[in-house]
Amino acid sequence: MAAGTPPPAGAAARMSGFMAHLRRNGFAVGPGETELVLSTLAANEFPNADAARLGLKTMLSGSREQWARFDDLFDAYWFERGLRTVERLGQSTATRSHRPRPDIWDKVLPADEQAEAQGRTDRAPGIGQGDGEKTSGRLVASAGDALMRTDLRTLVTPDEMAEAERTAERLARAIRYRLSRRRLPSRRGEIIDLRRTIRRSISHGGEPVELRRKHRPERPVKLVVLLDVSGSMKVYSRYFLSFVRGLIGTWLRADAFLFHTRLVRVADVLRESDANIAMAKLSLLVEGFGGGTRIATSLKAFNDRYAKETLGSRSVAIVISDGYDTDPPEALAVELQRVKRRAYRLIWLNPLLGWKDYAPVARAMAVALQYVDCFAPAHSLESLAALEDEFARL
Amino acid sequence: MKLEYAPLQRDLAGVGYIADDSLAMALSLAVGLQRPLLLEGEAGVGKTDVGKALAKVLDTRLIRLQCYEGLDANATIYEWNYQRQLLAIRAHERDAMPSDQIERHIFSEDYLLRRPLLEAISQTKPPVLLIDEIDRADEEFEAFLLEILSDFQITVPELGTIAAKSTPHVILTSNGTRALSDALRRRCLYSYLDFPDERKELAIVHARLPGIDRRLAEQVVRFVQLLRREALEKKPGIAETLDWARALVGLDVRSIDGDPVTIQASLACLLKTEADLKAVPREVTARIVGKVA
Repeated sequence: MAAGTPPPAGAAARMSGFMAHLRRNGFAVGPGETELVLSTLAANEFPNADAARLGLKTMLSGSREQWARFDDLFDAYWFERGLRTVERLGQSTATRSHRPRPDIWDKVLPADEQAEAQGRTDRAPGIGQGDGEKTSGRLVASAGDALMRTDLRTLVTPDEMAEAERTAERLARAIRYRLSRRRLPSRRGEIIDLRRTIRRSISHGGEPVELRRKHRPERPVKLVVLLDVSGSMKVYSRYFLSFVRGLIGTWLRADAFLFHTRLVRVADVLRESDANIAMAKLSLLVEGFGGGTRIATSLKAFNDRYAKETLGSRSVAIVISDGYDTDPPEALAVELQRVKRRAYRLIWLNPLLGWKDYAPVARAMAVALQYVDCFAPAHSLESLAALEDEFARL
Repeated sequence: MKLEYAPLQRDLAGVGYIADDSLAMALSLAVGLQRPLLLEGEAGVGKTDVGKALAKVLDTRLIRLQCYEGLDANATIYEWNYQRQLLAIRAHERDAMPSDQIERHIFSEDYLLRRPLLEAISQTKPPVLLIDEIDRADEEFEAFLLEILSDFQITVPELGTIAAKSTPHVILTSNGTRALSDALRRRCLYSYLDFPDERKELAIVHARLPGIDRRLAEQVVRFVQLLRREALEKKPGIAETLDWARALVGLDVRSIDGDPVTIQASLACLLKTEADLKAVPREVTARIVGKVA
């Protein structure tokens, strides 16, 4: 690449090997990028290896993470393990379309990615959600059902559990649907659309007879869910995972995180169209955690890394946790305040709140209450259904 | 052609912008390949100034588009001058001009208000187009920008397609308040700007404040470097460093281990939120000053 460049054909092969190397490491580089690099190299010459590194880094990385990793990947390919990678060049086309994922997932996942097949049609309100079930705006109608009032802990049989999961998911979809409707355009806008009004007025001799109007459509809120999957929440985990999955579903403006002693982003996994696959992937993620609950630490991780890009003036943050925290309550207060400052609303769902005679005496919970806009029970499907009104008011 | 970034780096320094190697290389490539450059980094690392400096070096116009939520095509490409159009309709009506002729007349370029994007592609000498804080604009705008950045042509329904007279040098900046689409990232060259290291920041201070005392400049830079390591909500950027240095010069402070009250009060230049001001009480300031002086 530097002075003493190998013959063009070899250079091209080496370069596409480098591309494959980057792809294997999660870079989204395709033929377009390869062509850009090759044509740049054909027309120009980098004075030294360092300049080449900087040039390629600029052309091929696309985010801060990739920017930070590029130098190591570059050195690994061109200076240390170069030959070995070239030998593997033949395989590069086969690996191209695969998203990098831990090997362990291969046991639970089919070879082909399902993300592509996922429908994006939910944007049009009123269209069935694809699971064949009727997703009406309100599902509370079935609230009389005994199952709805049972504390989720007491559900035992697989059938009941499956039913509970389905209902949770339906409820979540109903909430989302309710919110999405707000984006329907109103017929009468407040602002006069001058551009089209003037166009129209020409045939009336410049008299603006027909007023054309426009409006600024309301946008759906963005949901960010933080779900506690620690030991004390274990009995509820499956339901809440389904609940969160329903919320995230195919709604693009949503993000989800699980926490325990640390925090993991799971929105992509939850968007998996097959529930079983998603659950299998999630259980793998959950099992990786240690014991205890560190809410404040997890929230801190969220605030430091993700809050800036996920929370905005239209975001609603939902924390689902029983509030048993091994971190000091003061730390939780600080972190909740930080979340509150960025998000539009902060909701805390607590399964314990549904218990008879429960008072939020856990110290962390008592502290948290000061910063929470809405503190609601979430111990039964009925209580989740009741949330619909709360959400609609947002 | 040899891809050297050193000349550009020198030129940038000549107009008072200190660029490190990677940024200089990114800019050389962006100019050489005529590709948009996406600059990411914390607020206050000098992303916007890159555009200004590049325009100075290339001796060309800087056209700036500040993004905000709700930004739409009308505000970025073109708008018809409605007032003039209304007047023209009235005036021509009296001349008994047929309506289709009036239409053709009022939808001509005379009545077109050029907004930054249209302005940028209608220059004969390629300008620097600075699209600032693209992460503040909505996703819809991003998609639409993508189309313009790939074709450099704009379609006005009443006029037809306007092709670019020259390809502008496009610089996009982002603070990372929203994840940008992969499509946009792939269209662009990429560079991440970090807070400058001590040497670079010192060079910046000297470039911007030529009169400053050598020792004070060193102390200021070291202090800010250490301050950035504290757990702050909003880390002070380069502009803050320069403000503070200016303030200290104005307050006639020779060395920051002087009067602690003055120093503490002047920290308002560096710390811009109440929480951060509280996070750096006198003891912390004294500790950092102790390490610096």
